[in-house]
Amino acid sequence: MTTKKQSTPTTPQIRRPQLRLLERLCNAVAVSGDESEVRKIVIDELKTHVDDLVVDNLGNVLITRSGNARNRLKVMIAAHMDEVGFMLTTDEDDGLFRFDFVGGIDVRQIAGKPVIVGSDHVPGVIGLKPIHLLSPDERKQNVSLETLRIDMGPGGSSKAQIGERATFATPFQRTGPSIRAKALDDRIGVASLIELVKHAPTTIDLQAAFTVQEEVGLRGARVAAYHFDPDIAIALDCTPAYDLPTWDGSENVEYNTQLDKGPALYVADSRTLSDPRLIRHFVNTAEIHNIPYQFRQPGGGGTDAGTIHRQREGIPSISISVPGRYLHTAGSICRMSDWRNTLSLVYNAIHSLSKGMLKQPRG
Amino acid sequence: MGHDMKKLIASLVELSGPSGYEQIVRAYIKTQVETIADEISIDPLGNLICRKGEKKSNGQKVMLAAHMDEIGVIVTHIDEQGFARFTNIGGVFPEYILGSRVRFLDGTLGVIGSERLDDRTKVPKITQMYLDVGSDSPANSPIKIGDVAAFYRPMTILNDRLVSKSMDDRIGVAILIETMRALDNSPHEVVFVFSVQEEVGLRGATTAAFGVNPDIGIAVDVTRTGDTPKGHKMEVVLGKGPAIKVRDGGMLSDPRIVEKLVAAAKRKRIPHQIEILLSGTTDARAIQLTRSGVPSGCISVPCRYLHSQSEMVSYSDAQNAVKLLLEFLAKPIRL
Repeated sequence: MTTKKQSTPTTPQIRRPQLRLLERLCNAVAVSGDESEVRKIVIDELKTHVDDLVVDNLGNVLITRSGNARNRLKVMIAAHMDEVGFMLTTDEDDGLFRFDFVGGIDVRQIAGKPVIVGSDHVPGVIGLKPIHLLSPDERKQNVSLETLRIDMGPGGSSKAQIGERATFATPFQRTGPSIRAKALDDRIGVASLIELVKHAPTTIDLQAAFTVQEEVGLRGARVAAYHFDPDIAIALDCTPAYDLPTWDGSENVEYNTQLDKGPALYVADSRTLSDPRLIRHFVNTAEIHNIPYQFRQPGGGGTDAGTIHRQREGIPSISISVPGRYLHTAGSICRMSDWRNTLSLVYNAIHSLSKGMLKQPRG
Repeated sequence: MGHDMKKLIASLVELSGPSGYEQIVRAYIKTQVETIADEISIDPLGNLICRKGEKKSNGQKVMLAAHMDEIGVIVTHIDEQGFARFTNIGGVFPEYILGSRVRFLDGTLGVIGSERLDDRTKVPKITQMYLDVGSDSPANSPIKIGDVAAFYRPMTILNDRLVSKSMDDRIGVAILIETMRALDNSPHEVVFVFSVQEEVGLRGATTAAFGVNPDIGIAVDVTRTGDTPKGHKMEVVLGKGPAIKVRDGGMLSDPRIVEKLVAAAKRKRIPHQIEILLSGTTDARAIQLTRSGVPSGCISVPCRYLHSQSEMVSYSDAQNAVKLLLEFLAKPIRL
């Protein structure tokens, strides 16, 4: 599918249409391995804005928008379409299903949560013994996955089959400065990347990878990076903010990121050491344009950059995330300000990327 | 070789090069190899790649790899009193680091302290420790989140033994440089790769091997020894010669490479040992798994107190590793 449209580059924005798009993206179901609902939205949004669009063998949507400057860099930006969720594993009749996790979910976060199942979004609930019937000892016990079922009600077995995926049923909601939704990790990145493709700077060749299967091990990004073979890569993701007061009032020194402090730049996570030249470039860009930013606390975790930078002869990479509270649960929360500032920082940073930067020593 | 290699080792181990930030080490190696390599390049991840010699009709393209990077620390938070919380880069053992000093890339020094320890029988976690860089607020701290530092110690000589931080793997770097210097009349095209980011998962060697696309791969790195009180159960002994690796936790050496290395050692009566390591791995694993697969092996320098600031190697083992590599590369290698 190739439909070319040349329009004057404009600055990406976040207004009502972008918010509506994020709402549709968050409410779509795209648990790792079956990203078709989100893929369809991405293609519908972008098919008239691209020089090249392919859906690869794993289901990644790979889009190229060529610039027109001389000596352009190929800049890959990856945002993952998939979300964590559940997979039905055993049909126990009467609409009761055993299930397993797809991606990282804390079992303590799921009991009692409404879910939607399969491509028809059939409603269900993750049931647990109600408090009326719990003994004092039972109240202290941890919940185990084996004791939980997805309950879809009578006739449930005709509505869903084992192997189908499910996710939290939380509808998207904008509340003042905040957004509350499921799957903000990484639909907020997908929405941002859609906007970047629509307003791609002509100074670079933008290679947008809407990737699959990030949550189960960065699988889509690996083949996407091999395909694009870019000069530079940026993973655009959503990272936890645990910026809450400590219970004893001492200074919180392990928060990962903080809401309302701007985009989170990665220096190091367990999969990637960001290219120091790219870190400097993003910091300089933020300072020139007065965009707030923060460094994500170095530590564990990983993004698509973790596999991208290791492809072929090596690809200088960095990750940048919108901070979000309570990720991989039914209700994650991001701030509009952080989303706007992330989009603005990435746009301005890629706009001013040049080959000269890669000629400096890496650091 | 002789006296000069000892000086070269001392210069190399005292440089700071935590994974991902190998620039100081890379720049120094470049000054050493500029006049002896036929071609030098730096790849996108920062691997320093030096070619010497052409592939003759009976020769192979041999990639040798030694990693420039070392373990270190990275700042995660500056608290209200100016203390810096940090986490590890690579395999930093908490039992080795309390009270030690680190050096940031700009030269800033710091001391590692810890919160009050209620139970002294337990090793504190890194999250209970902090760096004191002599400031008393975030505003006057010379460091910020994301800054990296390496441990800071001068090298010590104890008879034949050399003791320092980052012997892992600057000793391998020194061996590669000396081998490159002495290499003459080899039928092989030899590509010396000074790799990055080994300590965080063989990342540099992965991409370097893709780019070099060699016929044979050999890593030169350190290995544990089994010769200390109530230590690891292992056959390797300090000072009994370089160890030819048969296996480690991530790789089975190509038996043909093992055989050729042993034969080379025997030809020249070079002391050597056979290494079987149960845990850990080296750049050879990454090379072996590149593209359609590369016959690979590893020469290890026995090293006590790995990932401490007093890693101990035998100087004669390092000298013998150079001799072994030169003999291996002197003859055609038929697989």
